[in-house]
Amino acid sequence: MRLASLFSGGKDSTYALYLAKKFDHQIVCLITMDSKNKDSYMFHTPIDKVDEIAKKMNLPLIKFSTAGEKEKELADLKRAIKAAIEKYQVEGIVTGAVASTYQASRIQKICNELDLYCFNPLWQKNQIELLNELVANHFRFKIIKVATDGLDDSWIGRVIDKESLPKLIELSKKYGFNPAFEGGEAETEIVYCPLFKDDSNN
Amino acid sequence: MILIINVSKDRLHDLEFIKPITDLLKKSKVIHYKDLKQKDLDSAEKIIIAGTSLKDDEYLKDLEKFSWIKDYKKPILGICAGMQILALANGSRLKKAKEIGQTEIKILKENKLIKDITKVYSLHQFSVTLPGGFDLLAESSKSIQAIKINNHYGVLFHPEVFNKEVIENFAKHI
Repeated sequence: MRLASLFSGGKDSTYALYLAKKFDHQIVCLITMDSKNKDSYMFHTPIDKVDEIAKKMNLPLIKFSTAGEKEKELADLKRAIKAAIEKYQVEGIVTGAVASTYQASRIQKICNELDLYCFNPLWQKNQIELLNELVANHFRFKIIKVATDGLDDSWIGRVIDKESLPKLIELSKKYGFNPAFEGGEAETEIVYCPLFKDDSNN
Repeated sequence: MILIINVSKDRLHDLEFIKPITDLLKKSKVIHYKDLKQKDLDSAEKIIIAGTSLKDDEYLKDLEKFSWIKDYKKPILGICAGMQILALANGSRLKKAKEIGQTEIKILKENKLIKDITKVYSLHQFSVTLPGGFDLLAESSKSIQAIKINNHYGVLFHPEVFNKEVIENFAKHI
């Protein structure tokens, strides 16, 4: 099936895209919403690196801007998805939604209105299992924003890989935050994944 | 062992509609309805018929593959598409009722499966008419949300998302 990835450049949307490809779907483009509201419940911010990541994956990127106002941002997302349908004949969307029913149900509604399939391959996934799978599949991601007790600023810029993951899980248990940051405890950016065409592992 | 019957057309949906259920169960086996054999039904202690995505309705074209349901003596839990299948196998009809996201429900009859639940996660375009002989256990403002006949239960909502205890109740108490 021809799928568009709702892409933030974070670990979840990238891993969801990876799984869709693994299950023989064709990713025809990435869709990124550039939200001016850094506290948006719908869209990940910041998205500074998506152009670079799209290039590394050799995938076209559709980037739409939104003020990030509640509900209006959904109309903006719908416009972006419509553009992907027109340009790339998209038949479905793949998202990195894990636990947010707020986010997932709104994307489901838009897909339903546009008669698209909606895939959420990380849905309800155990957070530690997700992190372990990412590392096992050679994903490396960097923390770019922290917003929880237990993660101080020294974590900003730190790459999560098989060396640093145990420490992150230990802190999440000690301070009671979600280690995969589903509640916005931190934001991440992919540094390397097997979908990058230049296999420099940088 | 609880047998989980997968009704999704696309394997990528297994991660979304099957894995969250298997994660809640100690011992389960998954089989697609197109591959289901009599020996699978015989060896199962209980059966869960899982849901699928909003746009996937292929299972509705294959309802004859579920004709075993009516005479099956062991417990069944149908979730979303699974509840539609359970009802249709018992002579019900589909009824347009789109509900996506958090939905309020009201429990109408005390039962061992769903207790003290007011909010559920919905993902469906159709509910069903109440099949003959079934008890209506719960409803929302738009649709029938839970039904039962003997040890066969159906819930239109997704307990693997919200109200995970429903699956635990089915595994332990039904």
